[in-house]
Amino acid sequence: MTTAARSTVRVAAKERVADGVVALTLVDPDGARLPDWTPGSHVDLVLPTGDTRQYSLCGDRWDAFAYRVAVLREPAGRGGSAWVHDELAVGDLVGLGGPRNQFRLVPAPRYLFLAGGIGITPLLPMVDAARRLGADWRLVHGGRSRASMAFLDELDDPRVTVWPQDELGLLPLGDLLTGLDDGTRVYCCGPAPLLDAVEAVCPPGLLRTERFVAREQGAPVRDEPFTVVLDRTGAEVVVTPEVSVLEAVRAAGADVLSSCRQGTCGTCETTVLAGDPDHRDSVLDEAERAAGDCLLVCVSRSRGDRLVLDL
Amino acid sequence: MTAVLPTLDLDPFDPEVLRDPLPAQAALRDAGPLVRLPRYDTWAIARYAEVHAALTDWQSFESSAGVGLTNFRTGTPWRPPSLLLEADPPHHDAPRAVLAKVLGPRALRKLRADWLADAEALVDEVLPGGTVELDAVPALAAAFPLRVFPDAVGLAREGREHLLPYGDHAFNAFGPTDNALVLAGNASMPEHAGWVARQCEREVLAPAGFGADIWAAADRGELTHAQAPLVVRSLLTAGVDTTVHGIGAVLHALAVTPGAWQLLRERPELVRVAFDEAVRWESPVQAFFRTTVRDVPVGDAVVPAGEKVLVVFAAANRDPRRWADPDAFDLTRDPSGHVGFGMGIHQCVGQHVARLEAESLLTALLARVTSLELAGDPVRHLNNTLRSWESLPVRLVC
Repeated sequence: MTTAARSTVRVAAKERVADGVVALTLVDPDGARLPDWTPGSHVDLVLPTGDTRQYSLCGDRWDAFAYRVAVLREPAGRGGSAWVHDELAVGDLVGLGGPRNQFRLVPAPRYLFLAGGIGITPLLPMVDAARRLGADWRLVHGGRSRASMAFLDELDDPRVTVWPQDELGLLPLGDLLTGLDDGTRVYCCGPAPLLDAVEAVCPPGLLRTERFVAREQGAPVRDEPFTVVLDRTGAEVVVTPEVSVLEAVRAAGADVLSSCRQGTCGTCETTVLAGDPDHRDSVLDEAERAAGDCLLVCVSRSRGDRLVLDL
Repeated sequence: MTAVLPTLDLDPFDPEVLRDPLPAQAALRDAGPLVRLPRYDTWAIARYAEVHAALTDWQSFESSAGVGLTNFRTGTPWRPPSLLLEADPPHHDAPRAVLAKVLGPRALRKLRADWLADAEALVDEVLPGGTVELDAVPALAAAFPLRVFPDAVGLAREGREHLLPYGDHAFNAFGPTDNALVLAGNASMPEHAGWVARQCEREVLAPAGFGADIWAAADRGELTHAQAPLVVRSLLTAGVDTTVHGIGAVLHALAVTPGAWQLLRERPELVRVAFDEAVRWESPVQAFFRTTVRDVPVGDAVVPAGEKVLVVFAAANRDPRRWADPDAFDLTRDPSGHVGFGMGIHQCVGQHVARLEAESLLTALLARVTSLELAGDPVRHLNNTLRSWESLPVRLVC
């Protein structure tokens, strides 16, 4: 495998959950707990092809030992989803980055959840949270047809409206999004045309969206060793795929503190002086990741063959 | 086969145990992975592996029934419960996310230079000329956090003397409600709690600071406006006494460990290790309770649902099953993984603030002080949850 042991998961189950949609159950290869997550989180899956794809976690966070993601076959995509559908098998190992959350559920007395197709995935854990919070909520789940819509069996609740386009037409966004009171928060996830339509109608202060657009990765995540330079001592250490940067720099004499060792607490944050980090933590947001000036060395790695750290 | 469940007639809140908890903590560890404490009809976990497992397993060990002895399902909390420490997912999610950002390492970067300058100024004040003897608790351990943290939060100047007694009582209140320390604090508590509550309001907080950042998060909808003052309150409850005692612990450790100060002088990059090693060694927060949400196996035994379990961070931090020579304060060890800040979703959200305070003060001291040693017998301050010094006479040679 191409990544350090702490960020590898095993495919424990692969199940067809709708036309063109498979759900994967992912577990730690040694049966350990997986990192905690919150509704709206996604993970990066690093496929053996070298491709990285992001998927929302759509399972039950009260089960600390399994993640569930659902993958839609996208014929127009770059091949990652087809590989998951056609090649990935139960027992296979895949690299894992995150989880990270850029689509957090904020506290509110009322929620309107709008799902388009596979966009149901981040909303499932939100619905569960809204239930537990005792909030007033409603989910409208749209899709091309019932057969294409995943997890309908898990949404047997009078507060859920299933809206297949082939039976009922487009989602009645005008009706759904007018007359909302200020306490309502609208969470919408789905294809770009749906999000565009919702943004055109919904009062902006109420709306939170997540776009399911695969990000262009600047380069594939490395599966080869890379060199870390400890700038303060001048020492150089080779980081092989089997070890973390943290382990490697400690072995080279740098006294880096860490705590959670899963990229969630931020204790091991280290300044990057040169190089191109491969961020695999749950702490940094997009802007911070893009800045490239720090690294959570317990889980994050390097895209290039050389990384200079302020150690 | 039924394993025999070890039972100890031990009162973790007995003043003699609080004065020197190490023998009781060793007894708890040695008795087994799970120990019954009939004194308070409760249970204890004291070995590192089981403590770590219990702290990370929020699904089985809940916090919303309170992390003290009082079970909020059946008893009354002394104040409205914390939205962080005394909450579980999903209620815990939003306050935690907001505070983690407000107190995150990146947010603290802009404070680093100011805090180091503040530490240098404080050290110049206490070391006007050469060698001095002083009580390091008021002069350094309390003075520095009180100098920088209330400003960073954005508190008014008036009334800051309420902070330490308020925090001290809040940490005492995790113990038995009829305990002498709790009873002694009850009388003055309304006054302290009233002041703290007023400081949490937006109008009283400075326009810039951690407090204002929390209110700004509420304006962005990441918290409700009703939650904001309680999140500010968490800063004021958990952010002062703990850092004072953490800094006291590292100064004490450095004063009593031969060669430690000289090693730090030679290798000042070890100051962060020194602080975390002191947090491991001393465990300023000794223990918190959790409550089982179902029958939970621990070792060969099972804690029934709805039971209070004392999770003893301090015992885990000196468990010889996890640490070589655990009673030694050792700057050459890697203290990573200690549970002095807890572990899991409730792990201290202010840990980076604590580290920056300690790093600033130690760096300033190391620049001037060639040797640090005890100048008298230190005196313990007793608290049901915290391990701390009332007085720490030291000689600073420069």
